[in-house]
Amino acid sequence: MTKRFGELVALDDVSLRLGSGTVHAILGQNGAGKSTLVKCMMGYHRPDHGRLLVDGREQGIANPRQAHRLGFGMVYQHFTLVPSMTAAENLILGRDNLPAVIRWDEERARLEAFQREMPFAIDLDRPVAGLAAGEKQKLEIGKQLFLGRRVLILDEPTSVLTPDEADSILGVMRELAAGGRLTVVLITHKFREVLAFADEVTVLRAGHVVGGGPAATLGRSELVRLMIGSAAIAEPAARATTAPRGAGLELTALSVLNDKGLLAVRVVSLAVAAGEIVGVAGVSGNGQRELVEVLAGQRRPESGTVRVGGEPYRRTRGEMRRHGVFVLAEEPLRNACVPAMSVAENLAFSNFDEPPNTRWGLVVSRRAIERQARALIDRFGITAAGPAARLDTLSGGNVQRTVLARALSGRVATLVAQNPCAGLDVAATAEIRSRMMAARNDGAAVLLLSEDLDELLELADRIVVMFEGRFVYETSRADADVHVIGAHMTSRG
Amino acid sequence: MSELGWWGVLIAVAGGAIRVSTPYLFVSLGETLTEKSGRVNLGLEGTLVMGAMSGYAVAYLTGSPWLGALVAGLAGALFGLLHAAVCNLPRVNDVAVGIALFLLGTGLAFYLGKPFIEPVAPRLPHLALGAWSGSPAVRAALEISPLFLVGLVLAPLLAWGLRHTRWGLVVRTVGDNADAARALGYSVERVRALATMAGGFLAGVGGSFLSLYYPGTWNEALSSGQGLMAIALVIFARWNPLACFWVSLLFGGATALGPALQSVGITTNYYLYNAAPYVLTLVLLVASSSTKHRLVGAPSELTISR
Repeated sequence: MTKRFGELVALDDVSLRLGSGTVHAILGQNGAGKSTLVKCMMGYHRPDHGRLLVDGREQGIANPRQAHRLGFGMVYQHFTLVPSMTAAENLILGRDNLPAVIRWDEERARLEAFQREMPFAIDLDRPVAGLAAGEKQKLEIGKQLFLGRRVLILDEPTSVLTPDEADSILGVMRELAAGGRLTVVLITHKFREVLAFADEVTVLRAGHVVGGGPAATLGRSELVRLMIGSAAIAEPAARATTAPRGAGLELTALSVLNDKGLLAVRVVSLAVAAGEIVGVAGVSGNGQRELVEVLAGQRRPESGTVRVGGEPYRRTRGEMRRHGVFVLAEEPLRNACVPAMSVAENLAFSNFDEPPNTRWGLVVSRRAIERQARALIDRFGITAAGPAARLDTLSGGNVQRTVLARALSGRVATLVAQNPCAGLDVAATAEIRSRMMAARNDGAAVLLLSEDLDELLELADRIVVMFEGRFVYETSRADADVHVIGAHMTSRG
Repeated sequence: MSELGWWGVLIAVAGGAIRVSTPYLFVSLGETLTEKSGRVNLGLEGTLVMGAMSGYAVAYLTGSPWLGALVAGLAGALFGLLHAAVCNLPRVNDVAVGIALFLLGTGLAFYLGKPFIEPVAPRLPHLALGAWSGSPAVRAALEISPLFLVGLVLAPLLAWGLRHTRWGLVVRTVGDNADAARALGYSVERVRALATMAGGFLAGVGGSFLSLYYPGTWNEALSSGQGLMAIALVIFARWNPLACFWVSLLFGGATALGPALQSVGITTNYYLYNAAPYVLTLVLLVASSSTKHRLVGAPSELTISR
C-alpha cells in the first residue's frame, strides 16, 4: 500500500499480513506511518496504490462505514466518547441500525447481556466526563466489542494508563484474540508491550517496512535497531552524585481549585532542594494540570504558599527573573507559545525586555533577538526554516525544543516540567532528558511531573505519587518499585 | 384601584407571563437545539423580526394567520440555513456570522415590511379559558394563544427527543465531541445545518406571535430584544428545554410587570418597571457566572465554552 500527501510519502509499498486470532504489533516512531496505515485500513484515507484483502477477497474501503461493515473497529488515542452522555448512551451510539425512536428497555437488555460476556465491568449510567482515563479506555474497547467488530485496531492504547492497567487491558486483548473472537492490531512505540503481548510484529520507519516477524524471535535490541536505524541516541547524562544543596522550591499546604470550583489540589506540601529532581507520578487528571498552572502563574491558589529560594514566590516577572524559575507546561503549543509568532520571538519571551534585547528600556532590537535566536537554534538543534519561520510550521519535537531552549538557555535555578517528552521520538526524548539532568547537576531544583514511569525512574532522585490531588506515596530512587508506584496511582493504593 | 387590588397585579403578571413568554419560549427552544449541536446562533433576533414581518405580510395577503405563522417559520428556517452555510466554511466564527445575520434580518424586515405597517392583518385566534369569570382582569389573563400550548408541548417533547431518539443522540454527539461524530460516520456540518434550520424555524414562529397575536401589529418597534434575551435565557436554563419553559415564564412575567402595575394605577416610574426584563437578564447572568469555575452543562463544541 502506498499513500502520498502532496510531497510527503507517508507509506511506501507497505505490505502486512494479519493472521486471524493473533495480536499483531506495529512498531515505529512518530511519523513512521503507523497511523496513516491504519487510517487507510479504516477508510479515512484512500491509498494511492495497493490492495486490501479480507479472507482472500479484495475489498475496497471508501469510508469508515464500509470498514465497520467488514468488522473493522478502531480505538483512537484521543477518546471518541461524548463527555455529557452516559456510558450506555455512548455504547449504543455506534450501532448501525439504531431505530429512530430508541427503545431503552430493549437496549438495556442487550447491554446487560453484553456485560455478562465482557471481561471487565463498565458502569453504564455514569456520565463519561466523570470517568478516569483508564475507565474511558476500557469503555472505548467495550464499545468496539459491543458493536461486534472482529478486527480491532488499538492506537497507542496504554499511553494514559498505569502499568498495571496497561497489562490488564493488553492481557484481555490477548485472551480474546487467542479465543478466536478477535484479531488485534496494536500500534505502539513501547518494546515491552510488543515483547510481552504480541504474536507478530512489523516495524515501520519513515513509511517503509524495515523488518518484522514473530515477536518471539526478535529481541529488544533488534527492535530498537530496526525502529530508529543507525541514528545515534544521546546517552543519558550521568547523574552527579553531589548532595542536594539549599532550598529550591517549597510548596506548603497548597490547595487549588479547578475550573469547576472543586478542589483539584488538596493541601499539598513538598520541598524540592536545589540540585535534586523530584518526580511526580500520576495519571493525568489528578490535579497535575492545576498544580503546574499555579507554579506558572496562570492560576491563583486557594490557600497555601509557594516559596522559591526561601522567599515567598508571587509569580511576578521580576521574581521569575531573579530566581531563575522556568516552567515547561504540557502541550507547549497551547500553553507556552504563540503559534502565529516567529521562532525568534517565541525564544525571546523570557528576556525580550532585558538588555541587550531592549535598548534604553523602550526599544526592542529585532537584530539582538534574531542573534539570540540563531545561537539557540544552533545550540539546541531546532529544525526550522529560519528564525523568522512561524512557530506552527515546526514539528512537535521542535516546538518542545524551542520551549526548552527558552527555559534552559539562561541561568535556571528552578525548573518545573510536565510531560516534557510526550509525543516525541526517541532521539528528541533522550536529548531532552539529558538536558534536564544537566540542569540538575548544575544545581537547579527540578520538579518533573510525568505519566511515564520509565522517565521518572531514569531521572528522578525521589518519586511522589499524586492521586486525587494529594501526594499519597513517596519513595527514593533506590527503593522504587514500579508495581507499588503503579498501585498508588489508582484507587487500589 | 380596581376591585381586585393587588390581586389584580398578580393576575395580570401571571397572564402576562403566559402571553408574553411565548416568543421567548420558541426562540429559546430553537436556540437550545442549535447550541446542543455545537453552534451559537446570535442572529435569532433578526430571524424573529423577519418572521414577524413575513408572517404579518402573508396573513394580510392571504387572510390566514396560520399560514402566516407557517411562512414565518419557513423564513426563519431559511435564515438558519444561511447561518449554517456560512459557518460551515472553514475558520468562520459563528458569533460574528450571527451578529451579521441579526443586522441583516432586522434591516431586511424593515425594508420589505414598509408597505405593511398600516394595513391590518387577521390575528391568530385565542382560547378564552377565562370565560367563567366575571372579572375582566381574570378573563384577560386567561386568554391563551394556541401557540403557547404548542410551546407547552414542544418543551417536554424536545427534552424527550434529545434522550430517546437517534436524532437527539446524534445532535448531542455533534455538539459535545465532533470527532466522535465523524468517527461514527455522521456529517457534522449537515447535522448542525439541520439543527440551525430547526432553531430558525422556531424563532420565526415566535416572531409571528408578536405580529399576529400580541401586540398584534407590524411596525419597527415590535421586538424589544426578545431574540437576544432568549440566548441569555438558554445559558441560564443550562440547555435544558424544560428549564427554558419555566425561565420563559419568568421573563414573560417580568415584561408584564410594567403594564400590570399601570392597570392598578401605579403610573410613576413607568420606564423603570418596563426595564424589568433587561435588569432580570443582567442579574441572572451575573448571578450564574463565576470567576472560579466554568459553565456546567455547556456542549463542549460551543465557541463560548472552548
